[in-house]
Amino acid sequence: MTDATFVHGHGDPYHLHGGRPQEGPASKRIVTGYGFWIFLLSDIVMFSCFFAAYAVLQGQTAGGPKGSELFDLKSVAAETAFLLLSSFTCGLAMIAADVRSLRWYQIGMAVTCLFGLGFLALEGREFADLVGRGAGPTRSAFLSAFFTLVGCHGMHVSAGILWLLTMMAQVFAKGFRADIMRRLLCFALFWHALDIIWVAIFSVVYLFGSAA
Amino acid sequence: MLGKLTWAAIPFDQPIPLTVGAGVLVVLLAVIAWVVIAGHLPYLWREWITSVDHKRIGVMYCLLALVMLLRGGSDAIMMRAQQAIAFHSQGYLPPEHYNQIFSAHGTIMIFFVGMPFVIGLMNFVVPLQLGVRDVAFPTLNSVGFWLTATGALLVNISLVVGEFARTGWLPYPPLSELTYSPGVGVDYYLWSLEISGVGTLVAGINLVTTVLKLRTKGMTYLRMPVFCWTTLAANLLIIAAFPILTATLAMLILDRYLGFHFFTNEAGGNVMMFMNLIWAWGHPEVYILVLPAFGIYSEIVPAFSGKPLFGYRSMVMATMAICIISFCVWLHHFFTMGAGPNVNAIFGIASMIIAVPTGVKIYNWLFTMYGGRIRFATPMMWSVGFMVTFIIGGLTGVLVAVPPADFLLHNSMFLIAHFHNVIIGGVLFGAFAGYTYWFPKAFGFRLHEGWGKAGFWFTLTGFYLTFFPLYAAGFLGMTRRMQHYDVAEWRPWMIAAGVGMVLLSIGVLSQVVQLVVSIRDRNSVSLRDVTGDPWDGRSLEWSTASPPPVFNFAVLPDVEGEDAYWKIKSRAREQGLLRREPEYRDIEMPRNSPTGFVCAFFATIMGFALIWHIWWMVALGGVGAFATFVAFAWRDHDEYVIPAAEVARIDRANREARLAALRARSAA
Repeated sequence: MTDATFVHGHGDPYHLHGGRPQEGPASKRIVTGYGFWIFLLSDIVMFSCFFAAYAVLQGQTAGGPKGSELFDLKSVAAETAFLLLSSFTCGLAMIAADVRSLRWYQIGMAVTCLFGLGFLALEGREFADLVGRGAGPTRSAFLSAFFTLVGCHGMHVSAGILWLLTMMAQVFAKGFRADIMRRLLCFALFWHALDIIWVAIFSVVYLFGSAA
Repeated sequence: MLGKLTWAAIPFDQPIPLTVGAGVLVVLLAVIAWVVIAGHLPYLWREWITSVDHKRIGVMYCLLALVMLLRGGSDAIMMRAQQAIAFHSQGYLPPEHYNQIFSAHGTIMIFFVGMPFVIGLMNFVVPLQLGVRDVAFPTLNSVGFWLTATGALLVNISLVVGEFARTGWLPYPPLSELTYSPGVGVDYYLWSLEISGVGTLVAGINLVTTVLKLRTKGMTYLRMPVFCWTTLAANLLIIAAFPILTATLAMLILDRYLGFHFFTNEAGGNVMMFMNLIWAWGHPEVYILVLPAFGIYSEIVPAFSGKPLFGYRSMVMATMAICIISFCVWLHHFFTMGAGPNVNAIFGIASMIIAVPTGVKIYNWLFTMYGGRIRFATPMMWSVGFMVTFIIGGLTGVLVAVPPADFLLHNSMFLIAHFHNVIIGGVLFGAFAGYTYWFPKAFGFRLHEGWGKAGFWFTLTGFYLTFFPLYAAGFLGMTRRMQHYDVAEWRPWMIAAGVGMVLLSIGVLSQVVQLVVSIRDRNSVSLRDVTGDPWDGRSLEWSTASPPPVFNFAVLPDVEGEDAYWKIKSRAREQGLLRREPEYRDIEMPRNSPTGFVCAFFATIMGFALIWHIWWMVALGGVGAFATFVAFAWRDHDEYVIPAAEVARIDRANREARLAALRARSAA
C-alpha cells in the first residue's frame, strides 16, 4: 500500500473509496486459486531461506571440494530439460481437462509424471555420485546447504508426483467435477512454481557454482 | 523397536514434573471419563471436534490458549519463586530443571498462548465483521487448529516423557546442537514447532484469503473494521515470516539428525546465520501477536466511547506501515553480534521509526475517547490499562533500540522487563479485552463484571509489581536466566517481583472464577444477552444473534459505509422499525469433517516418533496423514443445505428480539 493508493483522485482502480460497490464474496474457483497462490508465495519464502543459507555458506568448503569440481552441467541440463518439458505436458493435460478430454488428460498427466520421475532419477544419481566421492552433505557447510536446497526442491517434485498420481486416480474415479477442477488448478500452479524455483537453482547453484 | 525411548525417559527421580504430570493426567482422564459417562462424546465429536465452523474453531483456539496460559503461568510462578529464594543458595530447582522451565515458559507463552489466542479471536470475529458465512477454507481451518493442538500436546508430553529444551525459547546454536544438547529436549521443541507452524501458516493463508476475497456486498477495503485490517496485516506477516521459521528449524533438525553443518562450530557452519534467520521470523512474530491486539482495542475503544474511531484512515496506514517496517528491524536483537556501527545504526533507526505509527495509533485511541461517553466495562478497562502500560513498554523499547545502550542492556533483566511490558501490556491485555468483549457473542451471555474487574486490577498491579523491579535489577547488571546469584543488591527486587507474581496469579484466578460464576449464572438477567448487541456495538458481528446461527447471516448484508451496523441501527432507531424482512433462500454450508482431527492424530504420532527416532512409526504417521487427505478428497458431498424455511425461522427470532429491544428503547 503506498500513499498514492489513498489519495482521492480520478483513478480508483481498487475501489477503495466505494465509488462502485464491492460485489460480494468471490467465486469458489477464484478463492481457491487465490489461496493457493498465497501458499506458493510462502513456499517461495521458505526456499529463499535455503537460498540465503546457500549464499552464506557457499565458500565454506572446509577443505573439501568446491562446486566447480563437483557439478556436471550436462546432467543438470538434462534435468532442466525434463522439468521444463514436464511443465509443458502438464499444461497440455490442463487444456485437456478444460475441454473434458479424459484420454488426453490422462496421457498428459502420465507423461508429466514420467518426466518428473526422470528428473528425480537424474537428481538421485547426482546425489549418490557425490556421496560416493566423499562429498556428502556432512562433508562441509557448503555441501550441507547444497544438498538441502536442491534436495528440498527434489522433495517438492516427489510430493508433486504423489499429488499428480492422486489427481489421475481421482479424475478416473470421479470425472471432472468442479471441486476436482479446482484441485487441478492448484496442482498446475504448484508444478509450474517448481520450475521457477528450479530456474533459480540452476542459475544460482549450478551456473555460478561451475564458474567459480 | 522404540528407538531411543526407554523407561529411563520417565523422570522417576524428579518429583516436581512427575507429580505435576501425574496430576494433569488424572485430571485429563477424569474429564474424558466424565465426558464419556455423561454421554457428551457424540455431541463433542459432532459439534466441536469435527466442526469446520469458524466460530467453533475460534472458540477452541481460545480455549487452547487459556489452558496453556495456566501451564505457562505455572512455569512463571516457579521461576519467580526460584529467583526470590536462590540468593547464596541453589533454591529449590536444580539448574537442568530450571533451564527447561524458562525454555518451556517462553515457548508456550508465544506459540501456544499468544498465537492461538489472537488466531482464535480473528477466526471467530473476522467473517462476522466482513458479513460472510465462513472463512475461505473451512476444513483447512480445522486442520490448522488441530495441528496447533498437536504442537501443544507434544510440549506437554515432554514434561513426563523425556525432557524439554534447556536452550531458551529460541534454541541458539551451538548450544542446541547435538554436541551440547544430546537429549531429546531440543527435538521436542523443534518438532512441536514445525508441526504447529504448519497449522499457523494454514491459518494465515486462510485469513488473508478471507479478508481479500470474501467480503459482503459493499464492504470495500476502507469500510472494513480496523480489526479486519490488522488481521490482514498480521496474517500477511504470518505468510511471509513463518516459512522462515520452518526453514531455520529444518536446518537445525538436519544438523542434529543427519550431521549437517549449518550452525555447527565445525566444517564451516555459521552460528550467526541462525540468529539472523530466526529473528527475521522472530521480529515480525512480535507484530503478528500485537497487531491483532491493536485491532481489538480499535473495536473496543469506539464501542465504549460511543463514537466512531478517530482517524480511521491513519489507523489503516499505521497498521500497514508497521506490517512492512516490522521486517526491517530484526538485527536489533543482536546488536552485540558486531555487525559494525553502520549496520547497527540503520537497524537502530528503523526500530525507532516503527514507534511512530504505533504512536499514531495511541493518539487515535485517545482522541476517540476524547469527548465520548465512556463506559468503563471490563473490556474498556483492559484497553485503558493497555494504553498506559504499552506506552511505558514502548519507551523502554526505544531505549534498547539505541545500539550503545543495548550493549549494556543486552540479555539483562531490563530486556526481560521490556518485552514482558509490551507482550503482557499489549498482547495479553488485548486478548483478555477481546475475550470479554466477544464472549457474549460466542455464548449468549456476558462474563461477570465484578470478577472481571477484580481480574483486571490484580493483573495490572501484579504486572507492575513483577516487572518494574526487573528493570531495576537489569540496571544493576543482573542478566537473564540465572538459576542462582550472590549479589545482595538484586535480592530485594527479586522478592518484590515474587510478590508481584502472587498478585498476577490472583488476577488469573479471578478470571477463572469469573468464567465459572458466569457459566453458573448464565441465565440471570444481568448476564444473558437477548438482543445479540450487548455493548451497543458498531460492526456487523453485533447484528447477528448471540450465539450467531451456523450460517451467520440469513442474507448477506449490504454495506453502505464505515461502522456498518451502526448505520443500520441508527436508521432503525430513527424510524422505530427494522429493515423490511428479506427474501429467504436456501443456504449451502460446508459439512463437518474429521479430517483435521485425524490428520493431527497422525501428526502427533509422527512428531513423537521423530523425537524418539522410532522410524517405522514415522512412516506410519506419514502414510496415515496422506491417507486422511485422500479420503477427504474422495468424498462426494462436501456441503449440506439449510432450507429457506429454517433460515427464516432462525432469523425471525433474531428480528423479534431486535424489535423488542427497539420498542423498549423508544418507550424509555
